[in-house]
Amino acid sequence: MTALGTIDGTNLNGGQKLAVKYFCVAAILFGAQIAFGLLAGLQYLIPDFLYEVLDFSINRMVHINAMVVWMLFGFIGSAYWLMEEESGIPVVGLKLGNLVFWIFTAAVAVVVAVYLLVQIGPGEHSTLWLITEGREYIEAPRWADIGIVVCLLVFFFNAAATFNKGKWTGIGGVLVLDLIALFGIYLAGMFYTTNISVDQYWWWWVIHLWVEATWEVLVGVLMAYGLMTVLGARRKIVETWLYIEVALMFGSGILGLGHHYFWIGTPEYWLSIGGFFSALEPVPLVAMVVHAVFDSGVHKMRSSNHPAMAWLIAHAFGNFFGAGVWGFMHTLPQINLYTHGTQWSASHGHLAFFGAYATINIAFFYIAMQKWRGNVWMSGDLVGGWKWKWSMVLLNLGMVGMTMGLLVAGYEQSQIERAIEGSTWAGYFAAQAHPWFQQGMFWRMIFGGMFAAGYVLLVLDLLTIGRHETRPAQNVSAGG
Amino acid sequence: MTTEIWWASGIFWRKTAIWVTAGSFVVLVFLTFDSMSQITAGTKRVPAYSAINHRIEYRFDEARHVQVPVIGAEEPLFGRKLTEQEAEALVDKGKLTVQAKNCMSCHTLLGNGAYYAPDLTKAWLDPFWGSREMREELMVEFIKDPSDKLHNGLGRRMPRLGITDEEARAVVAFLKWMSTIDTNGFPYNFKPLDQEN
Repeated sequence: MTALGTIDGTNLNGGQKLAVKYFCVAAILFGAQIAFGLLAGLQYLIPDFLYEVLDFSINRMVHINAMVVWMLFGFIGSAYWLMEEESGIPVVGLKLGNLVFWIFTAAVAVVVAVYLLVQIGPGEHSTLWLITEGREYIEAPRWADIGIVVCLLVFFFNAAATFNKGKWTGIGGVLVLDLIALFGIYLAGMFYTTNISVDQYWWWWVIHLWVEATWEVLVGVLMAYGLMTVLGARRKIVETWLYIEVALMFGSGILGLGHHYFWIGTPEYWLSIGGFFSALEPVPLVAMVVHAVFDSGVHKMRSSNHPAMAWLIAHAFGNFFGAGVWGFMHTLPQINLYTHGTQWSASHGHLAFFGAYATINIAFFYIAMQKWRGNVWMSGDLVGGWKWKWSMVLLNLGMVGMTMGLLVAGYEQSQIERAIEGSTWAGYFAAQAHPWFQQGMFWRMIFGGMFAAGYVLLVLDLLTIGRHETRPAQNVSAGG
Repeated sequence: MTTEIWWASGIFWRKTAIWVTAGSFVVLVFLTFDSMSQITAGTKRVPAYSAINHRIEYRFDEARHVQVPVIGAEEPLFGRKLTEQEAEALVDKGKLTVQAKNCMSCHTLLGNGAYYAPDLTKAWLDPFWGSREMREELMVEFIKDPSDKLHNGLGRRMPRLGITDEEARAVVAFLKWMSTIDTNGFPYNFKPLDQEN
C-alpha cells in the first residue's frame, strides 16, 4: 500500500478500476462538449465564423453527442463503481467489461473523427450506415448503433450476472431492471423510414424515454448509493425513497412522452394525455429534493466527502429546476404551440441536462478520487478546498447565466416570430435580429466562458484534491 | 423496532413501482398501436405521398380553431404527375438527403431539431419564395448552392452541402409532402404564400 493521498489502483476494487477509466473518458468528452458548444454559440454572434469549415450543424452535433456519450460513460462508470460493494462479490466477466471499454472508446473516437472530417454524405443509405444518421441526438451512424448495443449488452451482463451471483439489493435490482429498459428503448431508434411522423414518433421513444424516464431512475439509483456513501444514510431509508421515486418517475414519465406528440402529426388525444402526465413529471423531482435535503439535515451536514455532497445537493435542485420547473413552464400545449422549437427549448435543455445529469456525474468523480487516493479526508478544512468551491460556483453560475440568456431569447422568439409574425421565415429572422435576442446570445456566450473556466478548475481540482492530505476520511457509517 | 406503517414500507412502494410502471407501459403500447394506424402515410392526418401532385393549402378550420392542411386541385410538382410509387420513391430520396446532410442540426422539422435556421414544416408554403410559379425552381437552386443567395439581414447563411440536382428536387418533394401533415395547428397563425395568382 502506498501512502495516504497518493493515487493508487490498489485502493480500488476491480469494478472501480474499470469505473475510473470510464470517468476519465467522460471528463474529457465533457471538455469536448463545452469546446464545441462555445464554437456553436459564437456562430450566433459571428455568422461567418468557420463557415463551410466547421459549420454550426457540425459543432452543434458534436456538442450534443459528446454530452450524451460523456453522461452515458459517467453512468456506466458509476454502475461499475458500486457493483462490487453492493453485490458483495467481484464483477463477473470483468475482463470482457474491460475489453468492451476500449472498443467503446475507440468507436467513439472514430465516430467523432468522421463527424469532423467527413461531416456529411450523399443522400443514400450508405451515408446513414457509415457517416451520420442525421437524427438529432442519435446522429451516430448505424454501425456505431450496433456497436453501442453490443457494448451495452456486455455491461448489462456484467451487472446482472454480478448481482445474481452475489446478492440482490434494492439498488442492484432497480439498476438491472432499468438497464433492460435502457437497451430495449435504444433499439427503437435504429431504423429508417420515409414517413417523418413515424420517424419522430419512435425517435422520441429513445430521446424521451431515455432522458425523462430511464436516466432519471438511474440517477435515483446513484443518489441512493451516494447518500449512503457520503452521509452514511441508512439503506432502508434510501431504498424506500428509491422505490417511491421509481413509481412517481415512471408513472409520470412514460405517458409524459405525450408532450412530444402534440405537433408531429399524431392524434389530438396526445394533447390531453401529454399535457396531464408531463405536468406531473416535476413531482418525483420535488421528492428527490426533499429526500436529499432531509437526509443531510438528519446527519447534521456531516459528510465524508464535502464536494460530492455539495454536487449531490446541486443535482437535487438542478434536476428540480432544470427538468421540473423549466420543463413545466412550456409543457402544456396551450403555451407549447408558441414555444416549441424556439430557444425556450434550448434554455430548458441546458439547465436540465446539467442540473439532472452533469451534477451527479461530478459527484461520482469526487467519490472516485477520494477512494483512489486511499480514502483520504475530504470533509471540512480541506487543503486547497477553494478549488472545488470556486469551480462549483463558476459552473453553476455559468449555467444559470446561459439558461437565462437563452430564456430571454426564447420569450422574444415566441412573442415576435410566433405570436405576432405568424411563424414565417421573415418572422423567424425578424426575431433573430431583434436586440433582445442578440443580447440573450451575447450573454449566453459570456456565461459560457465562465462555465468553461469552471470546467478547467474542476479538472485541476479532481487531479489534485487530497494530494497533500494525511487524514483518513471522516467516518460517517456509525449511527443512522 | 416499531411495527412498520404501510405507507412507509419498502415492500409496499416496490410493488407500487412495479405496477405503476407496467400499467403505464401497457397503456403506452396500446396508444402506440392506435397512433401508428393514424399516422401511416395515406391516412387522414398523414396523406399519401402522391399528395405532391396537388396544390397544398393551410386554411383556418372553424370547428378546430386552428389551421389545417388542405389538399386542393391537381398541381403536379415540376409539372409532372407521378404515380403513388414514383411519388413515394421521390419523397424517400428527399428524406434520405435531409438525413444525410444533417439538416436537423440547424433547422427544425415539425418543430424538432436545432434553432439556428428556420422551421421547415411549412417551407413549401413560405411567402419567402415570392410566387407560385417561381417557387419550385427557386427552391431547387437555393438548396443546390445557397452560399450566394439572399438570406436575411443577419449574415447567417446556409453552407453548400454538395446537393445534386436530383437530390434537391427530391428534397423539395419531401418538403411539399411534409406540408400536408396535420400538425394540430402548428405553426400557429402562419401566413402562407399566395397561391391564387
